[in-house]
Amino acid sequence: MTQIKYQLPEEEILSPGHFACPGCGATLTMRYALKALGRRTVLVIPACCWSVIDGPVPYSAAGVPVFHTAFETAASTASGIKAGLEMQGDHETTVVAFAGDGGTFDIGFQALSGAAERNEDFIYICYDNEAYMNTGIQRSSATPYGAWTTTTPSDSPKGEQKKNIIEVLAAHRIPYLATATVAYPDDMVAKIQRAKMVKGTRFIHVFSPCPPGWKFDPEDSIKVSRLAVESKVFPLIEVFDGVDFRFTHVPNGIPVREYIKIQGRFRHLSDTDIERIQQTVDNEWQRLAERVRMSRKKGKAASKL
Amino acid sequence: MGINERESLLHSSVDKVLVIEGTHAASYAVKLARVQVISAYPITPQTGVVEKLSEIISHGELSAKFIKVESEHSAMASCIGASISGARAFTATSSQGLALMHELLHWAAGSRLPIVMVNVNRAMAPPWSIYVDHNDSLSQRDTGWIQFYAESNQEVLDTVLQAYKIAEMVLLPVMINLDAFFLSHTSEPVAIPRQDVVDEFLPPREAPFKVDPSDPHAFGALIGPDAYMEVRYKLHRAMGDAREIIRQVDTEYAEKFGRSYGGLVEEYQTEDAEFILITAATASSTTRIVVDSMRSMGFPVGMAKLRVFRPFPDEEIYKLVKKARKIGVMDRDISFGATGIIYQETKAMLYNSLVRPPLFGFIAGLGGRDITPSTIEEMFNYMIKNDRPESETIWVGLKHKEN
Repeated sequence: MTQIKYQLPEEEILSPGHFACPGCGATLTMRYALKALGRRTVLVIPACCWSVIDGPVPYSAAGVPVFHTAFETAASTASGIKAGLEMQGDHETTVVAFAGDGGTFDIGFQALSGAAERNEDFIYICYDNEAYMNTGIQRSSATPYGAWTTTTPSDSPKGEQKKNIIEVLAAHRIPYLATATVAYPDDMVAKIQRAKMVKGTRFIHVFSPCPPGWKFDPEDSIKVSRLAVESKVFPLIEVFDGVDFRFTHVPNGIPVREYIKIQGRFRHLSDTDIERIQQTVDNEWQRLAERVRMSRKKGKAASKL
Repeated sequence: MGINERESLLHSSVDKVLVIEGTHAASYAVKLARVQVISAYPITPQTGVVEKLSEIISHGELSAKFIKVESEHSAMASCIGASISGARAFTATSSQGLALMHELLHWAAGSRLPIVMVNVNRAMAPPWSIYVDHNDSLSQRDTGWIQFYAESNQEVLDTVLQAYKIAEMVLLPVMINLDAFFLSHTSEPVAIPRQDVVDEFLPPREAPFKVDPSDPHAFGALIGPDAYMEVRYKLHRAMGDAREIIRQVDTEYAEKFGRSYGGLVEEYQTEDAEFILITAATASSTTRIVVDSMRSMGFPVGMAKLRVFRPFPDEEIYKLVKKARKIGVMDRDISFGATGIIYQETKAMLYNSLVRPPLFGFIAGLGGRDITPSTIEEMFNYMIKNDRPESETIWVGLKHKEN
């Protein structure tokens, strides 16, 4: 039997007394993120599931300071906190915006784009559960094609593709971008630790399974996360300076069907629909793989200089 | 300008006298207040504030971070972030920009953060206008911000310095309003105080609470019906306490700098006045001239300049109505379907007063239309001639009136 070796910091900063649903990917993400970040961290949380999960007044499960801010202001508030700390001589504290997909892909995107263009010195972690879960599962621009939500009922599910946030942010040429998900905690922690060493805007896109929103059994959260990666739906990558793309995990390429079938939000899809999704996943993967190849070539060329 | 204007230029606290625009008066005040984080987005006619500040910072005259954000909404969010970290924060805006900030004005006040903002009063679009009226700031009435209205560039500088002191004492944000172009782009002599005297008056900020990894707390989390109301009551009480603090700070300012502005309301020739006009901002200067000229013709008129709109100066206005036979309010704003906003507030406040003189609500100067001496004479003459107003809104200087 293979021994699984975790190299995660042992200290638990997140307290167990939080308000998350069972099987919540966003909560595991916070747990791992805090392990990677340590206690010298300030969290900025806009309206999202974590506004609730951290606990009502006077409770807070995070174990580090939390500033709850308006929906669309995670990046701009984080910019201000970092500037304020710097001006008071604190150059050590890591400022982290921790936001859902709605607050990142949609309503908070302008502030995020502005901060990324200014290369503000903070880490932005987006836990992407692919819809407005906190308000009751409404579609966002992170919701994938074909998914049911309460605003895309199963007889007219979402007809548009998920916004490719990594490409959009890569176009801002920020120093560090990565994807991560809860089934690969060592990968996630390593990426957040790496992000912590970099100066400037760092963005971690976390694929965050949501049992009530995606309609699967809470005990399957890790399985769903793993299936998304292994089916190439959610590639694990790093991007340096917006141009240098690298894979951090090579998926085994199981059919997308295996990922789809475990979730109730895709129950209405026909075989043709699933085939179409498979096609899209394959095409996207090829495009990404090409970028990784190009990056490698350029890297080799550069090393020759 | 406030009292003792000429003498104050020679006061021992003065470093130099510059002839500058109102926007620059604000910038110099920000420098003197040793603001640590500035976050702003350009909008006419506020741009002078941020341009001058950029220059001051790049010349090394002020050690501050200037976050050049992509919107006013982000400007206020960054100020909120800077302020909760314990730093002194500043922004400036105008009109549409202020309206875009609206949500975060609530957030700043609700978080009890002593942010100071300069707003150049500009009429709301559409139709586009870059000229003055007060609808932009007055429609932020219920956000929990203290609101000042300045009459001169000197008052802009002095009020920004006072504002930080007040804000950090009562833990409420403060907005200083100045009239587009009449102040923002008009040069006047402004006494720039010495840095050491300002430092004595305004020591570095000491935040009673902030985001601090060595003492972690959550700020602004969910709260139930069992406690929300008390939080709001405290904010309301702080706004009430601000009245006395504003008076005290103005008095202390006079001792140190030789200038004061009467606290919340500055009265002019009201002692024996039978007809008093309540004004705000630059139209007050014109009103002073009209008061003098009408008095020379034997009319017992006076002026009360509303310097602070929030908290509303109730005591000052109670005192005023005991003096006068009739009171007029000049509003450079209109609450559509109701009346002028300052008139409405004054009228509402007086309902339970035992002394209730007839109250006249004048609307003038919207979208930068000039309020000339004759506009103001017309208001006084109307008050003198009529026992009571014929309407709740008396539009003065209107070209096309429908009957």
